[in-house]
Amino acid sequence: MFDNIDLTKLIFGRLTWDAIPIHEPILVATFGVVALVGVAVAAGVTRYRLWGYLWKEWFTTVDHKRIGIMYMILGIVMLLRGFADAIMMRIQQAMAFGGSEGYLNAHHYDQIFTAHGVIMIFFVAMPLVTGLMNYIVPLQIGARDVSFPFLNNFSFWMTAGGAVLMMMSLFVGEFARTGWLAYPPLSGAEYSPGVGVDYYIWSLQVAGVGTTLSGINLICTIVKMRAPGMTMMKMPVFVWTSLCTNVLIVATFPILTATLVLLSLDRYVGTNFFTSDLGGNPMMYVNLIWIWGHPEVYILILPVFGIFSEIAATFSGKRLFGYTSMVYATVVITILSYLVWLHHFFTMGSGASVNSFFGITTMIISIPTGAKVFNWLFTMYRGRIRFELPMMWTVAFMLTFVIGGMTGVLLAVPPADFVLHNSLFLVAHFHNVIIGGVVYGLFAGMIYWFPKAFGFKLDPFWGKVSFWGWVLGFFFAFMPLYVLGLMGVTRRLRVFEDPSLQIWFVIAAFGAFLILVGIVAFIIQIAVSIMRREELRDTTGDPWNGRTLEWATSSPPPNYNFAFTPVVHDNDAWWDMKKRGYTRPLEGFKPIHMPSNTGTGVILAGLSVALSFGLIWYMWWLAAVCFAAIIAVAIAHTFNYDHGFHIPKDEVVETEAERTKLLAANGASA
Amino acid sequence: MTTAHATAAGGDAPVFYLKDEHAHPEGSSTMLGFWIYLMSDCLIFAVLFAIYGVLGASYAAGPAPKDLFDLELVAINTAMLLFSSLTFGFAMLAMLKQNVRGTLIWLGVTGLFGLAFLAIELYEFAHLIHLGATPQRSAFLSSFFTLVGTHGLHVAFGILWLVTLMVQVNRFGLIEANKRRLMCLSMFWHFLDVIWIGVFTFVYLLGVLR
Repeated sequence: MFDNIDLTKLIFGRLTWDAIPIHEPILVATFGVVALVGVAVAAGVTRYRLWGYLWKEWFTTVDHKRIGIMYMILGIVMLLRGFADAIMMRIQQAMAFGGSEGYLNAHHYDQIFTAHGVIMIFFVAMPLVTGLMNYIVPLQIGARDVSFPFLNNFSFWMTAGGAVLMMMSLFVGEFARTGWLAYPPLSGAEYSPGVGVDYYIWSLQVAGVGTTLSGINLICTIVKMRAPGMTMMKMPVFVWTSLCTNVLIVATFPILTATLVLLSLDRYVGTNFFTSDLGGNPMMYVNLIWIWGHPEVYILILPVFGIFSEIAATFSGKRLFGYTSMVYATVVITILSYLVWLHHFFTMGSGASVNSFFGITTMIISIPTGAKVFNWLFTMYRGRIRFELPMMWTVAFMLTFVIGGMTGVLLAVPPADFVLHNSLFLVAHFHNVIIGGVVYGLFAGMIYWFPKAFGFKLDPFWGKVSFWGWVLGFFFAFMPLYVLGLMGVTRRLRVFEDPSLQIWFVIAAFGAFLILVGIVAFIIQIAVSIMRREELRDTTGDPWNGRTLEWATSSPPPNYNFAFTPVVHDNDAWWDMKKRGYTRPLEGFKPIHMPSNTGTGVILAGLSVALSFGLIWYMWWLAAVCFAAIIAVAIAHTFNYDHGFHIPKDEVVETEAERTKLLAANGASA
Repeated sequence: MTTAHATAAGGDAPVFYLKDEHAHPEGSSTMLGFWIYLMSDCLIFAVLFAIYGVLGASYAAGPAPKDLFDLELVAINTAMLLFSSLTFGFAMLAMLKQNVRGTLIWLGVTGLFGLAFLAIELYEFAHLIHLGATPQRSAFLSSFFTLVGTHGLHVAFGILWLVTLMVQVNRFGLIEANKRRLMCLSMFWHFLDVIWIGVFTFVYLLGVLR
């Protein structure tokens, strides 16, 4: 009998049937829906015999464009999960007044606000930003791929692996109940003995490996693979902001990795880094996590600043105003983002001098950011502005983001922060900059570059519905939180006593439903556009009259991007080519060398997920086997020295001839 | 202004694409990429050093560096690692002369020095734990074991990599790809040496002084 129990423990660790949350009707229903959709998708793929196609053409691909698209899909799918969490919180807070407990118990509610933050930052914003950089940067610099194509595939699958672990926690066990940064001692073994924090740690660690490697990859790509003539100061602004973002990624994600390793040691081994006794210091964790965390928000916003710069110039029909100042502003923000982390915990008690230093550096960041806003305004000034969807998002961004920026400067004043610390004012502030900045920018970028990636534009009507849903929804959802924050309501509360507050929460919940309209309309927009794709088709490769090199090739671009490497003379390389009589070369094609696909990335990421699962549930045998397998697969991969193949000349000729035909039919040839 | 140099003689249209081009040679970004990786790894050590700097004196009424560190043993250990860096240098010199045998022999010697280093470190750890100075005892010991242990893990990983490369050099010779890999491992190995100098000074020497 006892032998039996030991054996179960040996095999399953601490995983038991209790870990399956059958007592939570919400989770059971969610699981039902997810399982149904999953089965439907799998059946569809099997029915149409697409597994081989997906594996060969997508999962194992090293093409930066396809990897970029997979990042985007991951981000959009996770947005649905993250938003479901958001709207559940909004409903709970609007209901839980006058003795009502709402409909979420504390155990579930605490997981929801943690998961919402983690998902939105790591598995929505990061994949979407990385996906756009992956797709666009090589095209904008006139390259055929990134520096390390295999690493790119591996990075994507590690990010996806982190997301898989995150989703697993919903149905097997639980997620952390600590808030999105998992401060100890709450996240230590003593106060969070369950698997929640372990899920948190390992999903971030697995995804973090992917993010760091993709950062290294894109830096090398930008530094080494630019087309001839493209000096640093002739790079498109999006490439500049991507470069700075990736520098920040490489300069901060290792800190997150190390910090989470220390937290895991505290939890698994019993060390005393962040415990409250035997010399440990929890504030050390808070400092370290914010040394990563503050640059992280700039990792998200900088590429988006680049997107707005491209869009403002394109849709105003003008060269970007103040290119040089834009570049310097970006670099200054990159450096300053490293010098402000302590403003996240002025209340730590580090004294007036330290707080003043970090308060002032924080306020200084608003100077380069302000310069950028003026540059966009002056780009629009006297331009022939076309108010198409990307431009609408850009204008909405400028209005919304400036409000968020100003409340940020307000929070940067330490005495004010002592009052507003951990209040809903803070929550309103960072949603104001993240939605008003990052999310608006991602929508602008997705709509702007969608025709490049798929060969047809997105439907403008549903795009406008989505736009207004998001923008109005944002203001309805978050302006009340500013008010509540000023009245002293703290964040992460589940129930409220004071009935006079309820109306604000009801307005906020209404706003969340408007945002839901925005999200649904976005999905309808994609579906409608796919159905109407022939009407919306872009045969020119340059649907917006663009300025940078990605518009020089066809939509979608051939897998080699450019038959001939472009030579760059100007910031707006493609604009310059169009203006000065560039003719598309029609002969002299050569075979093109491209990297080969490989399944190693999928396998390594799959093993990493299994390794993490073993570590989370204390199935040590599984962890050991997976670790050994990871080493073995990685070593075996290095024995493959052949990483490429040539696209034969005939194939290039054929592809290019097809484009010539399309352009001729369009009457816009050459 | 920017176009002048690129316009073909006689004022023809400027050149907008390369007719004849050389593909990017494979691995042309590898050195840069590996440098950046090393710097990111360096940041991990920076965090561990910072932790040790803050928590290194939190003995929690437990043993302090003075009671624990045996400088002679650490000096021998340091010598092992420094010698291994030297012998890796010899391996790289042999590689430059396309001398497969010499490269393999020096790599082998490097690996042995690395193993000796690890063995001594593990002995030291076992000794400390035997004395009751476990990683759980105090924040000082937690940060000590983590900093030194992370370095040790890197050395262990380096040895695994080194053996892999020895097999590959033996089988495929000193081809371009293998030379590039040796170059990366060499950088990695010397990097660990530099980190160890920091550990030796900051943890052991200053620790005993404190």
